[in-house]
Amino acid sequence: MKALLLRDLRLAFRSGGGFGLGLAFFFLLSVLVPLGVGPEGGTLGRIAPGILWVGALLACLLSLDRIFALDHEDGSLDLLATAPIPLEAVVAVKALAHWLVTGLPLTLIAPGLAVFLNLPSGGYPWLVVSLVLGTPALSMIGAFGAALTVGLRRGGLLLSLLVLPLYVPTLIFGGEVVRRGAEGMALGTPLALLAAISLGAAALLPFAAASAIRVNLR
Amino acid sequence: MSIWEYANPKKFMQTSAWALPWAVGLTVILLVVGLVWGFFFTPDDYKQGSTVKIIYLHVPAAMMAINAWIMMLVTSLIWIVRRHHVSALAAKAAAPVGLTFTLIALVTGALWGQPMWGTWWAWDPRLTSFLILTLFYFGYMALWAAIEDPDTAADLTSILCLVGSVFALLSRYAVNFWNQGLHQGASLSMDKQENVSDVFWLPLVVCIAGFILLFVTMVLVRTRTEIRARRLKALLARERVA
Repeated sequence: MKALLLRDLRLAFRSGGGFGLGLAFFFLLSVLVPLGVGPEGGTLGRIAPGILWVGALLACLLSLDRIFALDHEDGSLDLLATAPIPLEAVVAVKALAHWLVTGLPLTLIAPGLAVFLNLPSGGYPWLVVSLVLGTPALSMIGAFGAALTVGLRRGGLLLSLLVLPLYVPTLIFGGEVVRRGAEGMALGTPLALLAAISLGAAALLPFAAASAIRVNLR
Repeated sequence: MSIWEYANPKKFMQTSAWALPWAVGLTVILLVVGLVWGFFFTPDDYKQGSTVKIIYLHVPAAMMAINAWIMMLVTSLIWIVRRHHVSALAAKAAAPVGLTFTLIALVTGALWGQPMWGTWWAWDPRLTSFLILTLFYFGYMALWAAIEDPDTAADLTSILCLVGSVFALLSRYAVNFWNQGLHQGASLSMDKQENVSDVFWLPLVVCIAGFILLFVTMVLVRTRTEIRARRLKALLARERVA
């Protein structure tokens, strides 16, 4: 499993493109939105939590089809499916690798980009906390969507259509945590629910994704 | 005699052929009675005027939009557990019907909301969760359409339906967080003291019964079509081999 994780990470770093694309997208969005909205601090600060979360979500979405598609093309997914480790573990590891190359860097650069968006200062710690807790769910749900569409030749559009409604709860709770943090309100409930979604997704979705892959490889 | 006998396509076709005329007839009678009664023989509401009458389309459609998804969930489970093809085809057949009900609920709601709330659309919890439900229906149907092999498609859409149901529930709960509900609470229930008055209630119940039967009828028709399409494909394949 460790070997698989390292292999996926190495592939992501060396093949270029896919890895940086999400980050670049996130960066562009955070620069372009203030230009489009205008410099008035009040408006920008109020929409900043939502913009940052939507940006992180879309950046995740960009690289989803790479989770399984490349392995499916060159046949290594078949090998992984017949490997001695369970397919559920393969899915979990691949989702983890996806999170390490998208979710984690997004979380790290988010506070820097929040400066552009005039996020009120109370929101910064909660922005990082909510992204750390929420982006694993995005990767895991995305891995499930990628597993459903892995057999299709052009599954990209379908993948976004399938995954988008599944992302809704994560987005709502994530944005809500940052918004409440920025306004200095109590945020225990949405934070707990956000963590619950991530943990639940990590616990259950590998099984759904693995069964989808088994069907697709049949 | 068990319910699984109907999982046999032949038995299903026989039974549904017998049941279909009755279902169609009852649907027409109930819908005509309910809608005509509701539209022309009930008084206007003292606050809402005649716009209140959209309830006879809106409420039954919204109920069936959710129930259609629940029915798809049940048939998907049956397909996963017992692998009865009729079950998978019934789920496939129900999706467009459910989507149509969802859209009817959204459109009638918007038409009613314009004069009453002063807006076509509000990001109210109920409205938002219906929008998300629409997305789920679209995704489900797109997945069916995208996969060529029918068994693979049935398997994958069933998995999507199971996972989607959990997330649909989650979203329903999540949107409650905004708690800026414009939408009024339920005006119908078995145990509440304050229901809408009988004048509106009785035709509404008839309409709901009509919509349930309408759903059953359309799912029966569409499932029969799917089964015939499947048989036709098998015949063509056999002819090509021979």
